[in-house]
Amino acid sequence: MLTALLSGDRPRSRVLSLLLLAILVGLALAPFLFPGVRSVETAARICVFIVLVASYDLLLGYTGIVSFAHTMFFGCGAYGVAIAVENMERGWTPVLLGTVAGALLAAALAFAIALFSLRVRAIFFAMITLAVASAVAVLVSQMSGLTGGEDGMTLRIPRALTPAFRFAEGDILGVRADGRLLNYYLVFLASLLLFLLLLRVVNSPFGRVLQAIRENDFRAEAIGYRVVLYRIVATCLSAVVASLAGSLYALWLRYVGPDTSLSFEIMLDVLFMTVIGGMGTIYGAAIGATLFVLAQNYLQTLMGTAAGALAGVPLLPVLLDPNRWLLWLGVLFVLSVYFFPSGIVGRLRAGRG
Amino acid sequence: MSDAARDDAPEHRPTFDAPTWGERVGRAAPYLLVPVLVAVGFLLIGNPSSWLTLTVSGLAMGMMIFIMASGLTLVFGLMDVINFGHGAFISVGAFVGVSVILALGTWAGAPSLALNLAAVMLAVAAAALVTGALGWAFERVIVRPVYGAHLKQILITVGGLIVIEQVIVMLWGPDEIFFARPETLKGAVTFAGAALEKYRLLAVAVGLAVFLAMRLVLRRTKIGLIVRAGVENGPMVEAMGYRLRRVLVGVFVAGSALAGLGGVMWALYQEVLTAGMGEEMMVLVFIVVIIGGLGSVEGAFIGALLVGLLQNYVAFLEPKAALIGNIGLMTAVLMWRPQGMMPVVKAK
Repeated sequence: MLTALLSGDRPRSRVLSLLLLAILVGLALAPFLFPGVRSVETAARICVFIVLVASYDLLLGYTGIVSFAHTMFFGCGAYGVAIAVENMERGWTPVLLGTVAGALLAAALAFAIALFSLRVRAIFFAMITLAVASAVAVLVSQMSGLTGGEDGMTLRIPRALTPAFRFAEGDILGVRADGRLLNYYLVFLASLLLFLLLLRVVNSPFGRVLQAIRENDFRAEAIGYRVVLYRIVATCLSAVVASLAGSLYALWLRYVGPDTSLSFEIMLDVLFMTVIGGMGTIYGAAIGATLFVLAQNYLQTLMGTAAGALAGVPLLPVLLDPNRWLLWLGVLFVLSVYFFPSGIVGRLRAGRG
Repeated sequence: MSDAARDDAPEHRPTFDAPTWGERVGRAAPYLLVPVLVAVGFLLIGNPSSWLTLTVSGLAMGMMIFIMASGLTLVFGLMDVINFGHGAFISVGAFVGVSVILALGTWAGAPSLALNLAAVMLAVAAAALVTGALGWAFERVIVRPVYGAHLKQILITVGGLIVIEQVIVMLWGPDEIFFARPETLKGAVTFAGAALEKYRLLAVAVGLAVFLAMRLVLRRTKIGLIVRAGVENGPMVEAMGYRLRRVLVGVFVAGSALAGLGGVMWALYQEVLTAGMGEEMMVLVFIVVIIGGLGSVEGAFIGALLVGLLQNYVAFLEPKAALIGNIGLMTAVLMWRPQGMMPVVKAK
């Protein structure tokens, strides 16, 4: 049963199993284990980013395609929901319609990009996606009539998902039984489902072909697989999942803007989570996203405290300033590409035997 | 030669198939694109004086982008390394150069051409030196361990980009820095009813000089010979006893210095500095490298001019579509020639 659920791809390392279990339990019970607005926010963000990173890993880790346009697809879903909600009656219909429309748009965009640029060299693809993604980001911030421009849009989500809605009298285990709780579990369950789906995909025969393409596309072609076709399908699939993650994120935040969905910073975050977690392992996405989001939310505070405590010492406070977070991230990123190219999951799996 | 011997020669003369018009146009097409674009721009804009102003600023922008892109395309063609950190060199060059100009405030502020030019020269020299040195370190520390592995190259140079940008923020602060160009480079000259900014004319001149110098070095010198041969077939050049490695490092350093030069010029053009400016420019630089073709300096030159002109024309005709126009250009070129307009390196 469990093996079937995990599509036969067991963690294959005791530490990894424990870590994954801890993340699963932590996320499943987050509103009860860590009450408080901030921690639940963090948990929801982790859920969404696990899906986003896992979908990126399908491209980067399994197929060996470097794309910088992943936030564009993420944004498709987020803006799809936002625009549908903005222009229709409040309720579930616009949410569903927007999600589907966003996913379709993401698939179409991915198909268009893939079609003409997968013919060129891998290294070109990275540059082309970067250019296209930045053009889309500019476009979105310019079409302020439709997308709210730089300010973004605030969403009127269905009432059942807002804190004003109460589905039961009193509290459940000390937590208010309101729409916010429902919203969290919508995000959590949808993320879990998408994660298992991606696990299923990469462990199917289709996923094996992708790995073959990553290792040697020339040979894969020679065996008889139509490499371009597989790459296009992988790109579209990954785009659709990213778009769904974007829809979830928009629903949760009740806000969509360039900074939360389209910016290059988010792209860098996703890249970093994928690499640190372990490329080519969907589990790596869970580990990477969890570690990264936790670090992003809590390490910065810690750095601020440390900088304050070391105020008298030369140089150290400057380096520990919370704003230097990105600097250390970059250093860590370079080091991890050197020394842990297989990421945390790869390390743990290798350490076992 | 005796008559008998001459008689032995076959009667017919060797014949060559004359190239068809299609072939001729196809070969010359990349060179024709710039004049065609300028002509189309003239037809669409209609007004000669604004067309002239836009063309000059398009050319100036193109020249600056070319300076930034030329190093990247050479490194790309020669070492098969795509350096996403190139944008960081652009920013570093801009910050160093502008800091020098600001430090020489009295020189830059004086209405004397000689002093102004001296300040700019010093700024440019400082920027090129610093970015060149940075490029040398970058090659040693970041790039050298990952030759031949594209995925790792992309990841690791992106890491380098983040680090350098953050160091810039650390040293110069997170805010935008506004400043003024040196006194004599402000303002415009009027020519045929069109206002041409002096600085843009200077940028065109510098860009042309860099292009001609690069062509001269690549075509006429021994170093250029080795570089071109290295692009064609690296292992063979090494087998002949040349230390290609050193030349490669030299090219990397030169490319980085050019990025720094382009950065200063761009900052002086915009009169504002942000740590993210290199990252923003990278999009245009990549478009230029892609449409120019791998390792081709001429391709990058034509590509940069196309991008600069198109951006200015489109921004005038339909302000919101400027960047989209360039993406369209890239798409069109890739449909036409998936390897870029004039690739030097065969796809590996």
